[in-house]
Amino acid sequence: MTTISTSTVKHISKLAKIPITEKEENELAKGFNKALEVIDSLFKVNIVGIEPTHQVTGLENILREDKVDEKKIFTQEQALSNTKKKHNGYFVVDQILAED
Amino acid sequence: MKTNELTLKKAIELLDKSEISLSDVYKDTESVIAEKNKELNVYLDLDKDALLKSRGQERKPLRGLPIAVKNNFLTVGLPTNASSKLLDGFMSPFESTVTKKIKESGGVVIGKTNMDAWAHGSSTETSDYGSTKNPRNTSYLPGGSSGGSAAAIASDMAIAAIGSETAGSIRQPAAWCGVVGLKPTYGRTSRYGVVAMGSSLDSPGPLTKTVEDSALILNYIAGKDENDATTSPLPIMDYTKNIKKGVKGMKIGICYIDHQKIKGTPVAKAVIAAGKFFESEGAKVDLIETTPGLKKGKVLSHEHAIGVYTVVQRSEVSSNLSRYDGIRYGKDRSNFGHEAKNRVMLGTFSLSKGYADKYYVLAQKIRSLYLSNFKDLFSQYDLLISAPSPSFALPVGSLGDDPMFGELQDLLVEPSSLAGICGISIPCFRDEKTNLYLGLNIMGNYFNEEKILQAAYNFEQGTKWNPWAKI
Repeated sequence: MTTISTSTVKHISKLAKIPITEKEENELAKGFNKALEVIDSLFKVNIVGIEPTHQVTGLENILREDKVDEKKIFTQEQALSNTKKKHNGYFVVDQILAED
Repeated sequence: MKTNELTLKKAIELLDKSEISLSDVYKDTESVIAEKNKELNVYLDLDKDALLKSRGQERKPLRGLPIAVKNNFLTVGLPTNASSKLLDGFMSPFESTVTKKIKESGGVVIGKTNMDAWAHGSSTETSDYGSTKNPRNTSYLPGGSSGGSAAAIASDMAIAAIGSETAGSIRQPAAWCGVVGLKPTYGRTSRYGVVAMGSSLDSPGPLTKTVEDSALILNYIAGKDENDATTSPLPIMDYTKNIKKGVKGMKIGICYIDHQKIKGTPVAKAVIAAGKFFESEGAKVDLIETTPGLKKGKVLSHEHAIGVYTVVQRSEVSSNLSRYDGIRYGKDRSNFGHEAKNRVMLGTFSLSKGYADKYYVLAQKIRSLYLSNFKDLFSQYDLLISAPSPSFALPVGSLGDDPMFGELQDLLVEPSSLAGICGISIPCFRDEKTNLYLGLNIMGNYFNEEKILQAAYNFEQGTKWNPWAKI
């Protein structure tokens, strides 16, 4: 059976970009392992020759013309209306490149 | 009788006869909200101009009547926060398709109802704004995640309500609050503008006082939407047209009552009693055995569905909640509550390198077994009935720290949610001591909403469990 250690939880928190405390690391690891116990029962099910589900009602390749819908375009003001950080009409994002 | 206690159908009828006015309805509704909302915590935000907005809607199908909407539907002019502090104060610049259709049909969104944060839960206890109380007995939970919408109906704080279900989130709170909740077939109603949880599962639907009210609401919210590619192109119909046809000649199967958790309990007894009722109405009713593996004519055990659902839903949650970056709107990701962190991170794990095939693809394969099982069962039965929840409403504080609380609550509806078929929960028992209700879950094949509504209406009219049915 797969178990999740606190160091794996730390790694997942980085992948998910969710900061967590040490206390949460322990709590989450405990919770994940409880969930994995339930999930592990799936390995007993016979799935030989079974295809995975992709869409339940059988729709396939629903496409639309690639054109701009003028009604759906936000004004700059609308687009920025909910942000906490803006600068000269732009969103402020975290720096991703080092300075040097 | 106060006008806020009317069903949607009766309110429309009395408005048309000028026996009541919209001002009466809003006065009565707002007065019960003022009296009880603080205690019950049903609405997180209210539209103070609701009466004003009802003006000019009198000739439209919903006549300007007040509709409660779950807080995960984007609404222009009213905040949407999915009961999470991360989205505190978020004002959407666009409208969800379902609420747009409600408004175009003359409904007025009177307020946004409390829910489990991000719809992650079955109790409303994961809401960052405190849990909602069950109006039938305030020491108990309303269920969830659409607990606020179910409670709005049970306390007559709205004429009808909108909720959404991923697995049980309409039917379980409807059962616990003693109201009607319809989960349409996946793709019958649009997910556009609904805060996404499990995109292959999410289904918006009505919570109402009666079965006919649910049919009426479905008439106005169902249909193909160019903004949601998973909505079905199949034509919609007038779901009230054949609602009185009854169940004569139908073949109905009873499912899951041999489960160890509910065998011999009031929950199982209520389902068996409902089967007997349908038999007396001219249906042929069979008890279907549950088997651990896929077997022709038998119900595939819901036990695997918990694992499948956990993997599929957590994976979809991790993908959907990656959009909350705190840059364009909302606060940063440290503001996720415990349950959201738990789900996003487990989903990140199940989709990560080396585990996606092991967990996600495996889960989607077992999901296919449930689809085959329902295909087989619906080749023999018109409808399947079961319980939407393994128990009566649980006391306030039941969530505790169990990471699988929601899954255990929803185990009886998870197979049907994974398959994407439709179901409706209607009141089928009331405990006199606690005043708490049980629901009956009537499930139909894909896009067979008309048939489940017929059976639900038949049961509601022929039994004593829904007092609104007599209005």
